[in-house]
Amino acid sequence: MFPIIAKELLAPTLARFSIQAPYVARKSQAGNFVIIRVEETGERIPLTVVETDLKAGTITLIVQAVGKTTNHLLTKMAGEALVDVVGPLGNPTPIEYHGSVACIGGGVGTAELLPIARALKSRGNAVYTVIGARSKDLIILEPEMAEFSDGMFITTDDGSYRRKGFVTDQLKDLLDAPIGIGAVYAIGPLPMMKAVAALTRKYGVKTIVSLNTIMVDGTGMCGGCRVTVDKQMKFACVDGPEFDAHTVDFDELIMRNRTYVDMEKAALHPCKEKTMELHEAMMYEIR
Amino acid sequence: MKYVNPKKPSERMRIPRQESSEQPAAERATNFTEVSQGLFEAAAMVEASRCLECAEPVCIEGCPVNIDIKSFIQLIFKEDYVGAVNKIRESNYLPAICGRVCPQESQCESVCTLGKKHPAVAIGKLERFVADYETKHNLFVPPRIEVRRDEKVAIVGSGPSGLTCAAELAKLGYNVTIFEALHAVGGVLRYGIPEFRLPRHILDLETERIKALGVTIETNFLIGRTATIDELFGEWGFSAIFLGTGAGTPTFMGIPGENLSGVYSANEFLTRVNLMGANKFPRYDTPIKIGREVAVIGGGNTAMDAVRTSKRLGAERAYLIYRRSREEMPAREEEIHHAEQEGIEFLLLTNPTRICADKNHWVEGIECQRMELGEPDESGRRKPVPLQGSEFVLPVQTVIEAIGQKPNPIIQSTTPGLSTSKRGTVVIKDGQQTSREGVFAGGDLTRGGATVILAMQDGKNAASEIHRYLSSKHNGGTTPHLIESVLSA
Repeated sequence: MFPIIAKELLAPTLARFSIQAPYVARKSQAGNFVIIRVEETGERIPLTVVETDLKAGTITLIVQAVGKTTNHLLTKMAGEALVDVVGPLGNPTPIEYHGSVACIGGGVGTAELLPIARALKSRGNAVYTVIGARSKDLIILEPEMAEFSDGMFITTDDGSYRRKGFVTDQLKDLLDAPIGIGAVYAIGPLPMMKAVAALTRKYGVKTIVSLNTIMVDGTGMCGGCRVTVDKQMKFACVDGPEFDAHTVDFDELIMRNRTYVDMEKAALHPCKEKTMELHEAMMYEIR
Repeated sequence: MKYVNPKKPSERMRIPRQESSEQPAAERATNFTEVSQGLFEAAAMVEASRCLECAEPVCIEGCPVNIDIKSFIQLIFKEDYVGAVNKIRESNYLPAICGRVCPQESQCESVCTLGKKHPAVAIGKLERFVADYETKHNLFVPPRIEVRRDEKVAIVGSGPSGLTCAAELAKLGYNVTIFEALHAVGGVLRYGIPEFRLPRHILDLETERIKALGVTIETNFLIGRTATIDELFGEWGFSAIFLGTGAGTPTFMGIPGENLSGVYSANEFLTRVNLMGANKFPRYDTPIKIGREVAVIGGGNTAMDAVRTSKRLGAERAYLIYRRSREEMPAREEEIHHAEQEGIEFLLLTNPTRICADKNHWVEGIECQRMELGEPDESGRRKPVPLQGSEFVLPVQTVIEAIGQKPNPIIQSTTPGLSTSKRGTVVIKDGQQTSREGVFAGGDLTRGGATVILAMQDGKNAASEIHRYLSSKHNGGTTPHLIESVLSA
């Protein structure tokens, strides 16, 4: 069992968990992920390791309630436990010096971006961060990112906070500005990463994306996470999860990720209501 | 002399081979309950009395782990079933599993003297009978461990080779830890072999019996990532390591359409059901999609498991597509036979060339071409050659590829100095020894894709070699004869 040491609600559908997993904490680097199971009948889902605390032997996971498992996970409190955590999985991000880098986070992808952006800064890069979400309440980790970013930009689709528009609008401005963006790291929903790739291709700027795929074991065993990269079949879990955005077949992956949408919806419904009720109450208390 | 078989050999030969009862095909094709029900006690006694008790029992040579078959059958005849299962356990710590999944027809039973003119003694069914008898009557007692040794040995992977190696080393008194990447123990026995061939409770029991030897099992621990081989030797303090990580990476044919929704590797398909309980969705969270028509590609045991599973998940028509003929199929005869009984449709001498998509990127068919057998290829089997112009499209909504697996590369890529072949298998010398000192390997990781029992054979050999290695290290390598005597004791 992997005890939940702390839980902090960031938004009604978004929480930060600190999980006791000392072996994972010791080895995890920016870009790594874990596979977790919430309970014995649960599915295995991948989550990025956002932070580690070596002394406490904990890892930080930031979870957005999307499907049944993430909704269920959000009902868990400090003092409860996850039945399984395995990792660190995937290849860590190669942290190189590019001069200036643009780090683009969409929705909960911002959580995955945080350790990478921080490591890029430590490596000596000037880091320009762009966070985007549908609306203001889904913007996360702004203070954490702002702490080390040389430039901090936020876009919302509905204009409820800062710039109205998409992350690509802001990224275009950064690419046009005379700051010499040498590389772009983009993590978020697939359509966002696809749009970023299309934009940076025009500029010829190296772009790295981290792919969220269907996954069962996360160790290269099932092949469910296969994706076409540079016309070759790759497994996101062991060959990735990061790839050169300009070689990824996003359209195929977007279609493939829809495989279980109907079943997920059916499974989700009763669970989601429970999570929302609980969290509405908790947010009310916080306020 | 009540317990001596009084029948003359000629009389024994006339006794028909006893068969175990099976769930009727139509019924079992809709459930996950075990197909074969095993032998009843009376039938087992009759079957045991068929054994000719050869002076030189060739069946023992035919068994990869050299179970003393003659003795255990004699013990059955004496109604000492616990004695019989313990006799098996001297050479094979997983009798309930081997009695179910071993290809006896190509091993012990294939060389049985009786089998030359009559049906061979049902050695596998007898093995299963005594193992099940012991379980049913709760008679298992862990073997006594005579000595305790300080050295720690790490076993990587909890499949058949790892479990066997762990059991043998624990019996020798070593401090053994198994590291398993998944959340459940058993490796391919857990994620690969379906419940209707190997019930989960049997696997759980055998695992518990290994723990009863004092073996520690760490699940959720991926060697190469959570800790490396060098760290196991270093800070973790292990003196020797056995690698039994199997061949868990699926291969794909490389035909167009493989990334469509509805296409699975057999590994993914079987893992979803066997490990994750997708057949019990939505009570279990892991989903699986099964079409009205399903095509499974391949002719091995994994293909049989996948196609029979898809039938049980509700496929109206389940096809098995194989490019050679039935004779060349690598699957066990029993599995092929069971599949045929369950209404699986075999498309032999047929090779898929393309998977067809509907407008939503879902599988809607598989294009195949007919083949004919030409000259023998490097495997000795006649090579299938496409018949020009024979292409046709079979309407299916699910495609499962079961064309073989290769070893997972994580350990190889994180262990400096560990030699691998072009096929990705770990290279070993005699005695399961890898290119790294103190690191031994076996099973599918070194063989590339074989059987449970061959993996167990490797695990068992590796255990003796590890014992030899650690003993010689302990004694400064000066008294190998002493070690030999310990081994044979």
